[in-house]
Amino acid sequence: MAEGKLHVTRLYAENLTLAYDERTVATELGVAIPDDSFTVIVGPNACGKSTLLKALARMLKPRGGAVYLDGKGIGEYRTREVARRLGLLPQTSVAPSGITVGDLVARGRYPHQRMLRQWSRADEAVVTEAMRLTGVLELSGRLVDELSGGQRQRVWLAMVLAQQTSILLLDEPTTFLDIAHQVEVLDLCADLHEHKGHTLVAVLHDLNQACRYATHLIVMRPGGQIAAQGRPGEIVTADLVREVFGLPCRVIDDPETGTPLIVPASRRSSPKATVVAGIERSGA
Amino acid sequence: MSAPVTGRVLRTRGEGLSLRVDGRALGASLGLAVALVAVMLVTLTTGEYELSVPEVLAALVGQGDGGAEFIVGTLRLPRLLTALFVGAALALSGAILQSLSGNPLGSPDVIGFTNGAATGALLVIIVLGGGMTQTAFGAFAGGLAAALLIYLLAFKGGVQGFRFILVGIGISALALSVNSYLVTRASLHDAVAAHAWLIGSVNGRGWEQVAAVGGTLAVLLPVALGAARRLSLLQLGDATATALGVGVQRSRLVLIATSVLLAAVATAAAGPIWFVALAAPQLARGLTRVAGPGLASSALMGGLLLTAGDLAVQLLFPTSQLPVGTATGCLGGLYLCWLLAAQWRKGSYT
Repeated sequence: MAEGKLHVTRLYAENLTLAYDERTVATELGVAIPDDSFTVIVGPNACGKSTLLKALARMLKPRGGAVYLDGKGIGEYRTREVARRLGLLPQTSVAPSGITVGDLVARGRYPHQRMLRQWSRADEAVVTEAMRLTGVLELSGRLVDELSGGQRQRVWLAMVLAQQTSILLLDEPTTFLDIAHQVEVLDLCADLHEHKGHTLVAVLHDLNQACRYATHLIVMRPGGQIAAQGRPGEIVTADLVREVFGLPCRVIDDPETGTPLIVPASRRSSPKATVVAGIERSGA
Repeated sequence: MSAPVTGRVLRTRGEGLSLRVDGRALGASLGLAVALVAVMLVTLTTGEYELSVPEVLAALVGQGDGGAEFIVGTLRLPRLLTALFVGAALALSGAILQSLSGNPLGSPDVIGFTNGAATGALLVIIVLGGGMTQTAFGAFAGGLAAALLIYLLAFKGGVQGFRFILVGIGISALALSVNSYLVTRASLHDAVAAHAWLIGSVNGRGWEQVAAVGGTLAVLLPVALGAARRLSLLQLGDATATALGVGVQRSRLVLIATSVLLAAVATAAAGPIWFVALAAPQLARGLTRVAGPGLASSALMGGLLLTAGDLAVQLLFPTSQLPVGTATGCLGGLYLCWLLAAQWRKGSYT
């Protein structure tokens, strides 16, 4: 993309071809993550959004093209050096049984530690601050096994924060959480972006949440191409949603935030039919 | 507010050195070491010829009389040290594999290294007609071959723990049936020799076994301890470990190779010893209550289990020279039942 070259950001990718074994997920994909943005990647299932995030986090080696971090190909760094610049919250992580919250968060310090220097005062201060920000400090002595899903996700987030990277990649951080905890985690992300100066890149499923929280939205279509990117308010239209998701809808202003709110069209056009359907369902 | 992490913090001025030490884990390891020394002293003093502790100590430093020196230096000490090193090597091997696979069944005797080593040993005894040293090399080669086969079959753009275990159980069953076939083809003399080898034992082991297993431990224990921190991050899953800056595939290859070599050398020296690699890491964890790999405490526990087991069979069956492998196999079966039942109740396997 011509714009990508004019304004070089800390994290961008050029001409990416992404594939698992035989299956090609995306070709010729170019994307730039604006510095200091809260970028959200959305798209229908299997469009390659998580794959793109994995490539940005050097979890997946691209078949073609390259990802650049701070002006250098991400593959040219030592993996520990990348870990000091870019953090990732993967979709699934495993907490070893019997580990306490504090000890798990402390493992996020690994890229900054050395054999004989495993727990400096700086480590302790950073871990404490990460736990305070995510609201898990009072849980520090508890076992991770005993926590609820929402608490656990905040613990993992604290571990990634303890890594002290200014760029954070989050792969579907709200999956498996109920709506209250989804909002809680996303509010926390928004705070990190606004007040702590983190650049965030998240893959989200919920288009409305994406529109509400993103400062920069990347919409992918099946086949791993970018359908649109920019401020949600400027790019999200009913036409775009129909084209990308195949979903007829109306786009209205979110009454809370003024960001776009997608309301799927009802299959039954008249209000009367809806009422009948309601009666049928309750009668059944 | 105190530190949000467990353990005690040790820091030098200027923080050139800063460590976290878990008091409970340290205490448990010291306790294991004390128990180990006690078992070793009892082993060296008791037997057909009772020796006093001063007599044993004198013999150890070469100041004893000829009889005591022969009993300690030629009969008892090599057997004791073989048990100690084999136990430690097996436990370390098991601790590494269990942490890598995140599964208490990830142990060299469950996933086919041990049965593979037995295949190698039986081929040497029955087909090639080799002696004790050649058998040991056969066992070593067999263990490595089984591990390589598992690695290749389980490899799919990397090796993942659970697949490694499942493939390993398959290879183990395959090796077991090959072993049975080999024994049916053997002459009576070879079949007896094969059977004797198949029950792991430290009876009559000499200084060459001590040197082989001790030397392997001397090299691989530091390697394993050096990789322990990376191992504790691998426990969090590949993606998280990579994100934290661990070279996942390379670290895992180093750790698997370490585990395989330890198990193969231990089995070559003593024959198949069941239960130690499987249970020692779990028992050590029960004492230390650490969530990490706990390699050092596992090695101590393994050494203690096998030395104490060998002492027990010597005390309980003084005339029959019962091999320690029989005792560990028996206990191991019971332990495995208990482990599976406990996991089942916890709902880990559904």
